[in-house]
Amino acid sequence: MTEPTTEPARQDRAFTGTATEPTPAPPFPQDRECPYHPPTGYASLRAQGPLSRVTLFDGRPVWAVTGHALARRLLADPRLSTDRTHPGFPIPAERFTQTRQRRVALLGVDDPEHNAQRRKLIPSFSVKRIAALRPQIQETVDGLLDAMERQGPPSELVADFALPVPSTVICALLGVPYADHAFFEGCSRRLLCGPTASDVDGARIELEEYLGALIDRKRAEPGEGLLDELIHRDHPDGPVGREDLVSFALILLVAGHETTANMISLGTFTLLRHPGQLAALRSGETTTAAVVEELLRFLSIAEGLQRLAAEDIEVDGTTIRKGEGVFFSTSLINRDADVFDHPETLDWDRSARHHLAFGFGVHQCLGQNLARTELDIALRTLFERLPDLRLAVPADEIRHKPGDTIQGLLELPVAW
Amino acid sequence: MGIRVDRERCVGAGMCALTAPDVFTQDDDGFSEMLPDRPAVTDSHPLVREAARACPVGAVSLTDN
Repeated sequence: MTEPTTEPARQDRAFTGTATEPTPAPPFPQDRECPYHPPTGYASLRAQGPLSRVTLFDGRPVWAVTGHALARRLLADPRLSTDRTHPGFPIPAERFTQTRQRRVALLGVDDPEHNAQRRKLIPSFSVKRIAALRPQIQETVDGLLDAMERQGPPSELVADFALPVPSTVICALLGVPYADHAFFEGCSRRLLCGPTASDVDGARIELEEYLGALIDRKRAEPGEGLLDELIHRDHPDGPVGREDLVSFALILLVAGHETTANMISLGTFTLLRHPGQLAALRSGETTTAAVVEELLRFLSIAEGLQRLAAEDIEVDGTTIRKGEGVFFSTSLINRDADVFDHPETLDWDRSARHHLAFGFGVHQCLGQNLARTELDIALRTLFERLPDLRLAVPADEIRHKPGDTIQGLLELPVAW
Repeated sequence: MGIRVDRERCVGAGMCALTAPDVFTQDDDGFSEMLPDRPAVTDSHPLVREAARACPVGAVSLTDN
């Protein structure tokens, strides 16, 4: 729980081609002090309006978007590129330097190529297809809670529940053997959290080799799952190549379990810290769907979505210059008081649906309805089965993730 | 009030089907389509405007006729 640094922007190492800064731009991203509130160091950004300047780890000044209406407009603007192989693409931490050398499917590709990739995957993530997975997700959740009850309290909820729920589900969906979960969960953790650049790159290479071998086996012996469908289905523009299959598998596997695991652990913690709101969930005064939507808004775990301006973009009298980086602070965007009344309050009765926790525009999360379904079943069943669930250690001893990755808890010791 | 779905723009996020499930669904390819037995949509339908606003790519639009 690092205090936000107040060190001014380092002008000497500023990214070339940008104007000098009139005022020191605060560092971005910063660590949250409380795992479910935006860093207090972001308050000055909010005061500057929907678009302001911030400074990255290497001294490079970039734009931060903090207003909801502007975020909707810019996330839908094709002049903001998400091509992570561009040498000027902004990164939130030094360990991601080498990721520019490799292409990331879907979220690292612009249209029209992105659209061609996404169209191959859309059928597998439709509301109907995801609804059909409900019984299987419920069975997974029940099985994990059975095991926790057999073992008895205390339990570490991240390892015993929050991570294995989405991990099991995404494995079944893709057709990846769950027996290998410890391997790819470890790789995902290093890919996102490092700590070093060689951890990040090494994890990616290991995952690519593993998935490449799995895809080769599936080509010879078709099994059941999204990867098998992709390999054996007829596509209008020809078969999907091996490199693309590996790239799809990697992004779906990592995005499919890390994000949801963080939402389950941080969502549970947040509910335990808000007893009044938790009571409304338990008594049925509110629906789990409303709880999930408001938690998505309130927690905004995918903080700091990145883009690169491919052209000059005029924004209400300000110009985002070609080559400049833009970060979207979802935690501030989803607490914009122009859109959400009393945004700091966790309120099941509000209409939270217009939050941008899943992004917006053509890159809006492909797996959002899978995430909603998993969260709905996991949170509802957890509090039904363990009505006396409580923290097993004081709340301020629970460690959370640093600000430069997907937000969540490192561990969550609970008893019941 | 009329509704138009631009299937060329649609990215299969499913926000329309999630927001107004009596009006929108997704076909087998995951793209938005309107249900044939949907209720007549008027200004008083609480969720159709929400569905249009929720679409991340502006593929759902409302017309006056």
